[in-house]
Amino acid sequence: MMHLKETELCLGLGLPGSCEQTDTALKATGKRGFSETVDLMLNLQTKDQSSSVDMNDKKLQSSTKNNKDLTKPPAKAQVVGWPPVRNYRKNVMAQKSNTEETEKAVAGGGSAASFVKVSMDGAPYLRKVDLKLYESYQQLSDALAKMFSSFTMGNYGSQGMIDFMNESKLMDLLNSSEYVPSYEDKDGDWMLVGDVPWQMFVDSCKRLRIMKGSDAIGLAPRAMEKCKNRS
Amino acid sequence: MTQSFPEEVLEHVFSFLTSHTDRNAVSLVSKSWYDTERWCRDHVFIGNCYAVNPRVLTRRFKEVKAVELKGKPHFADFNLVPEGWGGCVDPWIVEMGRVYSGLEEIRLKRMEVTDEGLEMVAKGFGKLKVLVLASCDGFSTDGLAAVAANCRNLRVLDLRECEVEELSCHWLSHFPDSFTLLESLNIACLSSEVSFSALERLVSRSPNLKTLKLNRTVPLEKLSTLLQRAPQLVEFGTGAYSAEGLDAYSSLAEAFSGCKKLKSLSGFWDVIPAYLPAVYSVCSQLTSLNLSYATTQSPDLSKIISHCHNLQRLVVLDYIEDTGLETVATSCKDLKELVVFPSDPYVADANVPLTEQGLVSVSQGCTKLHSVLYFCRQMSNSALVSISKNRPNITCFRLCILEPRSPDYLTLEPLDTGFGSIVENCKQLTRLSMSGLLTDRVFEYIGKHAKKLDMLSIAFAGDTDLGLHYILSGCDSLRKLEIRDCPFGDKALLANASKLETMRSLWMSSCFVSFGACKLLGQKMPRLNVEVIDERENLNSIPENVPVEKVYIYRTVCGQRFDMPDFVRIMGKDKADVYNLS
Repeated sequence: MMHLKETELCLGLGLPGSCEQTDTALKATGKRGFSETVDLMLNLQTKDQSSSVDMNDKKLQSSTKNNKDLTKPPAKAQVVGWPPVRNYRKNVMAQKSNTEETEKAVAGGGSAASFVKVSMDGAPYLRKVDLKLYESYQQLSDALAKMFSSFTMGNYGSQGMIDFMNESKLMDLLNSSEYVPSYEDKDGDWMLVGDVPWQMFVDSCKRLRIMKGSDAIGLAPRAMEKCKNRS
Repeated sequence: MTQSFPEEVLEHVFSFLTSHTDRNAVSLVSKSWYDTERWCRDHVFIGNCYAVNPRVLTRRFKEVKAVELKGKPHFADFNLVPEGWGGCVDPWIVEMGRVYSGLEEIRLKRMEVTDEGLEMVAKGFGKLKVLVLASCDGFSTDGLAAVAANCRNLRVLDLRECEVEELSCHWLSHFPDSFTLLESLNIACLSSEVSFSALERLVSRSPNLKTLKLNRTVPLEKLSTLLQRAPQLVEFGTGAYSAEGLDAYSSLAEAFSGCKKLKSLSGFWDVIPAYLPAVYSVCSQLTSLNLSYATTQSPDLSKIISHCHNLQRLVVLDYIEDTGLETVATSCKDLKELVVFPSDPYVADANVPLTEQGLVSVSQGCTKLHSVLYFCRQMSNSALVSISKNRPNITCFRLCILEPRSPDYLTLEPLDTGFGSIVENCKQLTRLSMSGLLTDRVFEYIGKHAKKLDMLSIAFAGDTDLGLHYILSGCDSLRKLEIRDCPFGDKALLANASKLETMRSLWMSSCFVSFGACKLLGQKMPRLNVEVIDERENLNSIPENVPVEKVYIYRTVCGQRFDMPDFVRIMGKDKADVYNLS
């Protein structure tokens, strides 16, 4: 499996250092680093299809730090309600790391602005945007389009969210060479932009990465899953 | 039996009976004792809100000062009861509001509480002194604001492990400035900030405050201020126990040393070990210490525990490791209760060296130990046998081996003999939770020996219906039985139908109990509600021999309930039948 350890580092902990590594990889070799990350996610998801493993759980990801077979799921598939530990207690470890990050974020800019880094596949430099300046995905899309001239966000549904109910529309988008925005959320996961209400996105987005639709394939299944659960 | 005592004398005698089991027993002696008793019972305990209904309560007891109600079954704690199942307290509040104007204490557990309900409580019970909501949900800080604003006599507001919708941080400000009666405040379950200034003012004007359990968002730097305002505290729960630098250390240590009555400490989220010694001055006073959010390593945990010579209750994460538990065994000779939670329940391999040995050490060193909840990754029959022989005084034994069906890790055999030894030696055992690889044999031992067992929890265990049969036919004192993922089916259940009327409830999920058996049981036993909880579609077209997802069986004097969601069916009762006690 190509360079899974590196990508696993990037995927796993959202550490500032490792993400910069991937940026360098991007600049030097185009999209290799990130596509590997996407491959890794795809692997894990197909293996865990019947479980309710929480991909957001940092502990899950950090447990693969030893040299086990990386194609195995990082933790046992969870059975509902087992072990018999209450919800608030399960999150002790996850909350610990989240609190640290939230504190850093709060210390950084207060509630006045919400700057996040934006990178684009193949672009030689990163930009920063203040998410609080916009009120919808369309506005953000317009602003990003100005920043990266050969960039399109694709079509949005009537509510300003990508129409995930339409599987074929989504697959068309992802199979094209159109660019698709993705973002890293509070838990360190990479998500497709557009599947949650705008405000929720602003609150949880830590950085943006604009990549080719074909590279974003690995992110799509989760979004579809969420949509199915909601319907 | 003719009435030889005047009623007043009987009432006076009954006033010495405080436990509800004694009161219930006394009310069964004769009709006149029943009548006398019901007029003077003022504390009512209802272990299953659907066993009776609000009208039954108010018709029987006329002057109630304190009521305790429990709603959802225990496995709701682990997400096994779907959202919307029931257990809403509002109808109770409406009826009690109508009759019990002098109500002083409300204690609810696993009930759904709404903001409207809290508003009714706040406005309907002017004498309310105690409001304890344990593992409840459905309400928001708006409901709490109503309580704060209106309950002029409130002494206790305890939100124990509730899920609260946190709309505003200002609900605490709704306690009027003239309100000075607060004795106990527990807001540890809230995840958002509360207004610190409101909290500080409230603490400052509450001279009787004995219990204060903060939530995670209260920073360490503010603790000394609060402790200085309330040095009379007996129970204190910190917020996040970390800070940048050590500037806050000396004032914190000084503040703690001023708390001469402090007996219980909890909180300790995000612990920075350097701050732990700030509590050393009170350690020798402590009888209860909850470090279950303290994600620090064993040496730091052991150090603080080694100062706690009078500790009776310890709750801690498995970060304590076997070595830390040895420290417990040597330092805490008065320990009665030990709880060890897993820090990383979903990782397959052990992330810390905590094994069965830790528990064995504590069972050897702590002669007063009677209650255990222990999560670990390996167990052996020999360890269980040792524990049972060391501590025959154990009354509550809950062991969770994280991987289901784990055998004895030394011999690879089932853990039947180990648990068998527990029930045989610990003759006062009232509560047992088992895990690991277990065959029908263990149930035979339990049925034979566990005569005082009141509550039993079983998961991923047993081979055949015989297992369930041993339990139901052998455990004379059994009142609560909860089973998940066991190969128990219709036979044992139907053969022991009458036993179920002697119990509060039976829960079985992911077992082999069929729709047909549930229907038959419901038909045969009019005083049982056989609730099938099943979220599949087209329930009506599922054949009768197919197993149900979940079944919850409980005795009741009220028959049907009418607040069921569509995934709950009460089986075997004609819809038109309503069992009304009139």
